Amino acid sequence: MGEFAAFTILSLLILIPAVVVVTSKNIVRSALSLVPTLLGVTGFYVLLQAEFVAGIQVLIYAGAITVLLLFVIMLTEGGAGLQVRQVNEQIPLGVTAAVWLAFLLLLVFSRTTWPVAQRGNPPAYSALAIGNAFMTDYVLVFEVTSLVLLVSLVGAIIIARREE
Amino acid sequence: MQVGLGHYLVISTLLFCLGLYGVLTRRNAVAILMGIELMLNAGNINLVAFNRYVAPATVSGHVFALVVITLAACEAAIGLALVMSAYRSLETIHVDEINVMKW
Repeated sequence: MGEFAAFTILSLLILIPAVVVVTSKNIVRSALSLVPTLLGVTGFYVLLQAEFVAGIQVLIYAGAITVLLLFVIMLTEGGAGLQVRQVNEQIPLGVTAAVWLAFLLLLVFSRTTWPVAQRGNPPAYSALAIGNAFMTDYVLVFEVTSLVLLVSLVGAIIIARREE
Repeated sequence: MQVGLGHYLVISTLLFCLGLYGVLTRRNAVAILMGIELMLNAGNINLVAFNRYVAPATVSGHVFALVVITLAACEAAIGLALVMSAYRSLETIHVDEINVMKW
């Protein structure tokens, strides 16, 4: 019962600010509304007993990415004014695409039986298990991801650098 | 009432479609990146929820959720660097006004 109440509250905490993110005229309000959405997703991870992923979500999404978005809004004036039209003329197309995709996916979900396991025991310390998995089964994924991270950091600096 | 896998799938579907709507209708490149972040978060909810309900003894879903979070950070950094670069040369970040291939 308590789990369902927490799930309902977190769902509202995710979906209501997400609507503000995609519809607000004020781009700064959009960026700040992203924070409750990301923290609600963190709550989902805690409910799903993924504590390590929840911590990383707070650090990277709610901390770093939001600050990065706000900095770029601040540095690119002219896009943030309230008088500026923020939406293009594709609203009917966007509504159609989003509603159709939601309808299709929910139809598929309602007709599928998932192979839900009987309540198995999650690992006692998820950080320990994740570290072991990264260093054994998923070591190639780990290395390639770190290479992509390095290349993207160097690339971001070079792209954003003022030309001589 | 018990919270099941289906509940998480419904919420992540709605979040993904909101993100898709934002990507399709926004003019501001930063707002388009916000829509992409919403879609990536919806995918991450699915990964962790399937891990919890289908294979609870393993952590494969957590591992891939962490990889997706890392790549989302890369994508945000590169995307925002491109926005800054476009703003510097074209004086706009509205994607429907960026219509030249060469400057």
